[in-house]
Amino acid sequence: MAIRVQTEDFDVSKEVAELRANSPQVGAVVTFIGTVRDMNDGSSVAEMELEHYPGMTEKALQNIVDQAKARWPLFDALVIHRVGPLLPLEQIVLVAVTSAHRGEAFAACEFIIDYLKTDAPFWKKEQTPDGARWVDARSTDDTALAKWAPVPNKDLDQLK
Amino acid sequence: MKIQLRFFASVREALGVTQESVTVPESVITVGDVRAFLQQRGGVWAEALADKRSLRMAYDQEMTDAAAPIKDGGEVAFFPPVTGG
Repeated sequence: MAIRVQTEDFDVSKEVAELRANSPQVGAVVTFIGTVRDMNDGSSVAEMELEHYPGMTEKALQNIVDQAKARWPLFDALVIHRVGPLLPLEQIVLVAVTSAHRGEAFAACEFIIDYLKTDAPFWKKEQTPDGARWVDARSTDDTALAKWAPVPNKDLDQLK
Repeated sequence: MKIQLRFFASVREALGVTQESVTVPESVITVGDVRAFLQQRGGVWAEALADKRSLRMAYDQEMTDAAAPIKDGGEVAFFPPVTGG
């Protein structure tokens, strides 16, 4: 399970190849990539800056991945989150998980990015034509967590 | 006791402070007490850390709430709701 916070871009093909190297037990790989959009809340965004809390960021991401591991039978997980200045079209975050079957891989990947959105200490600042502004947290990010209420064991079996 | 304070994003900008080492009186024993103690400074401190502001807080680099107890040498951070991903 790897967690990386870095300024450099990532190559999803290379990361997935490394994640599942020599792992014939893996039957499913699910990845999520978050990217910079050029429009937010009606204003065009020229550039974005990602700030984070060094020390806490890695711990928070590891904690989220550990929770996913405890809930679903995963083989491996990778989270890469970029920080610093980013332009529209650039990649921000990669979440990748491997497992035997697709049910847990899809669920765990979504779980990890949903929790990253509310619990990982990153903050985005956008440059717009009217100046710089901090992005507001979305209430939809908080409500997204509601779908992760504990699931009875028998329902988990049906996901496989 | 002596604690480390850290501020991020719009809170950091409003206060003009990234981090600060501070000695708090004996009556200050929780993260919430620290916030109230800093509000007493008035000006931008009362404004940026006002109770009506929805701030998140961390103690020793773990997300927590106002009831969390603090110890000597601990690190308390205040920041806006997070917007990563």
